[in-house]
Amino acid sequence: MNNYETVFILTPVLSDVQMKEAVEKFRDFLTANGCEMVNEETWGLRKLAYPIDKKSTGFYCLFEFKGEPTIVKKLETTFRRDERVIRFLTFRLDKYAVAYAEKRRNVRAQKAAEAAQAPAAQPESETPKQD
Amino acid sequence: MAQNNSEIRYLTPLSVDTQKKKYCRFKRSGIKYIDYKDPEFLKKFLNEQGKILPRRITGTSLKFQRRVAQAVKRARHLALLPYVTDLMK
Repeated sequence: MNNYETVFILTPVLSDVQMKEAVEKFRDFLTANGCEMVNEETWGLRKLAYPIDKKSTGFYCLFEFKGEPTIVKKLETTFRRDERVIRFLTFRLDKYAVAYAEKRRNVRAQKAAEAAQAPAAQPESETPKQD
Repeated sequence: MAQNNSEIRYLTPLSVDTQKKKYCRFKRSGIKYIDYKDPEFLKKFLNEQGKILPRRITGTSLKFQRRVAQAVKRARHLALLPYVTDLMK
């Protein structure tokens, strides 16, 4: 079992529902092939540094997973077959990268927890605007 | 010839060995892994056209120069950094 990380960019023409469906498809593909999902992130719609397929934005998604080396080829084949994916990158994490990824995950989880606490005070201030 | 050379006089004294010694920032701050997901950090190792700066300018050690190059290339592939550009900074 190796640690892998994959990032793929989906076309921006998809709707939110289609986006989630596409992400789910790849997640299911990995879990169905005996991979253990470690982390999953969606970075949302981002501007590309250069146009790909005449598109200037893309929907970024990151998976971290543990799996056998043979899975990578299969995963990349499905990426190539899927028209919604405009770019992808998969690589094995070395020991330093694993440590870094774990740290990064913890930092992000902490930030998310703080953000979850903050809105508890916010809705009260936002409700008057709606009236 | 040797005598001619010794007769050259400069109006301002030459600044020799005044610049600070370069160092590898990764070794000094103990960074083990260079993240390709952070384009703002990687821009420190690129010039205006988006080319990777040589070690002799940044002072990065060979080991980390290889990793910087790897990270920059990954970021370029994922359109986080441009392959070619003008006036990036």
